[in-house]
Amino acid sequence: MTTLKLDQVSKLYRSTARGGGLTPALRKVSFELKPGEVISLIGESGSGKTTIGKVLLRLVRPTSGTVTFDGKDIASYSGRGLKEYYRHVQGVFQDPFSSYNPIYRADRVYDLVRSSYFPKVSDLEWSAKIEAALDAVALNPGDVLGKYPHQLSGGQQQRLLIARALLLDVKVLVADEIISMLDASTRVDVLNLLVKLKRQGLAILFVTHDLSLGNYVSDRTIILRHGAIVEMGATEKIFSNPQHDYTKMLLTAVPELHKKWQHAALDPVAVSANGAAAAGAGLNGKGAAALSHATMLDEITHAEQVVKRDLRAVFGGGRAVASGKSQVAVALEPPTLHEFEPDHLVAEPE
Amino acid sequence: MSVNVDKLSVAYRSHRGDVTAVDNVSFSLADGEIMGLAGESGSGKSTLGNALVYLDPRMKATGGNVTVDGKDLPISDNNAMRHRRMTEVSLVPQYAMSALTPTRKIGKLIHDLLKSHHIKDREAVLTELKRRLELIGLKDDVLSKYSFELSGGMRQRVTIIMSTLLNPSLLVADEVTSALDVSTQRAVGEMLLEFRDRGYIKSAIAITHDLSILAQIADSIAIMYAGRLAERAPTSVIVDNPLHPYTQALLNSLPEVGVRHDQVTLTGIPGRPPSLMNPPAGCRFRDRCPFAFAKCTETPAFEEVRPGHMVACWKVSQEHADTATAGHGQPAAKLPVEEQV
Repeated sequence: MTTLKLDQVSKLYRSTARGGGLTPALRKVSFELKPGEVISLIGESGSGKTTIGKVLLRLVRPTSGTVTFDGKDIASYSGRGLKEYYRHVQGVFQDPFSSYNPIYRADRVYDLVRSSYFPKVSDLEWSAKIEAALDAVALNPGDVLGKYPHQLSGGQQQRLLIARALLLDVKVLVADEIISMLDASTRVDVLNLLVKLKRQGLAILFVTHDLSLGNYVSDRTIILRHGAIVEMGATEKIFSNPQHDYTKMLLTAVPELHKKWQHAALDPVAVSANGAAAAGAGLNGKGAAALSHATMLDEITHAEQVVKRDLRAVFGGGRAVASGKSQVAVALEPPTLHEFEPDHLVAEPE
Repeated sequence: MSVNVDKLSVAYRSHRGDVTAVDNVSFSLADGEIMGLAGESGSGKSTLGNALVYLDPRMKATGGNVTVDGKDLPISDNNAMRHRRMTEVSLVPQYAMSALTPTRKIGKLIHDLLKSHHIKDREAVLTELKRRLELIGLKDDVLSKYSFELSGGMRQRVTIIMSTLLNPSLLVADEVTSALDVSTQRAVGEMLLEFRDRGYIKSAIAITHDLSILAQIADSIAIMYAGRLAERAPTSVIVDNPLHPYTQALLNSLPEVGVRHDQVTLTGIPGRPPSLMNPPAGCRFRDRCPFAFAKCTETPAFEEVRPGHMVACWKVSQEHADTATAGHGQPAAKLPVEEQV
């Protein structure tokens, strides 16, 4: 059994803007991805969901914590070992239009896979392999091979990239917002394809900000906020019985066809643009129902401020320097998770 | 009727001839109505919306006319349009998040706007501006900030404030919620409703590919396919009782919260929209339509099958003719002008 496991993974980004400072993108994130399982990673912009994908693909090195694949730390891979890792773990990203070089034909991505991983495979065998992969993603080889990227639709381009991953002996697929740029009519085809691949044993990390899409495909759901897990567990448990205020707020904001938002008139609340002042008052003492959109937005900025303040307290002053892992650990302390029911963990309010 | 669009056609110039992106489109908007305009990418929805406000040099109107509040809107005449923009028609452009220049502070941008429109009583407008900023939960210190100092949702809200500052009759909002998180999406959607209710804008066209957002904010929805309108009806009718096969397929492909793959398998729409370079004759959805029959090689008229419900489909108009002759016509339902929740 090949599982990918994150253990207390944290990542600090150093901000290049004026004043410098560190931004915590991930705060001690731990979870496991098993074969045949789809985990949807849901969070708003800045929640760290893309960073997790990048850490798994070794595009970003975590500040602390480890990622293990089959029990082996992925940070230890290099050279040939790393190449073997990529044979099993592949990613597909949000924007299919910029994943291809427009000068070359789209199927050049397959040639590159062949020259790196299958140099000894004969032409005949290789084209059979491509056909099988295209068949798995429901593409007709005649429609897509030999075409330039601009001649293909977004859905076709995205499926070509998934087929590319399938050419390899892929065990884990990191799918980062892969359908948000597609039209509604082709979105579902890609979603259904993920379901089919999962049934064949592929583990998929489905990164999205769209709760209804995440719900449709996934077995387990992780809700991220400010780089920390706030709720995690079986998808149906989280969607039918959300416990954390933040999850509840997200669910009430999702636009649904047959249910209107509870439209309450806006209160004229004065909040400063950096969200500092009146923000805290919005949340404390009020339940999830009181998290109206306006207070919610400010409350998010407020929590960011709290984290930044903690960082300043640890590192001192505006110009923060990471000088030791123990210090980082203090600043990054995420809210503790407790078990609400089997396979359903909820974080303490922050 | 505050806005009336009659047989409007808009083409893009290209070196291989004109490409008609909006083909013979007619609709009207009542006072206080927010119309949603939905369709796949390349369906011409943004072209239609943009044409009503600013016809860029690549585009030309090849037919039809537009009236706003009973007055003709000279959409082909850029000089005449200059005085009508912002005050009568206004646009929140697609990618509004990056529409604000990073080199000027927000306050300076607004100042420029007022200057170029020769607003005499600037103080009054600025007071109103501060009131509106407060209404949507922004303090007036955003005016002394650069656009990159604001979050995406703040930038989107500031852009809408600027576009609606001079109380236009018609606001065209192009994909205003698309790049935002769900909670910010909701804030921006409710802001549009609030501005309509307070009379800052008389009517609006909300362009998006996301039908579930339109279900929240629009009074009526128009579905566009390959440059033509396919269906137009009050929101509840489109959502619960669509008639055009394309609308039906589009709704069937949307996952809802609570629906999982092991319970319901959703289906996409096979095929792709036709190229507008050389569009096929007849109904343009024909090749992807499960109900297509011989008659579909002729172009269906966009006609009213029930009060307030327009459809361009031979199958629907035939069934409608059948029920009408059999005497089972539906009782008339009025188009709701303002549907409040």
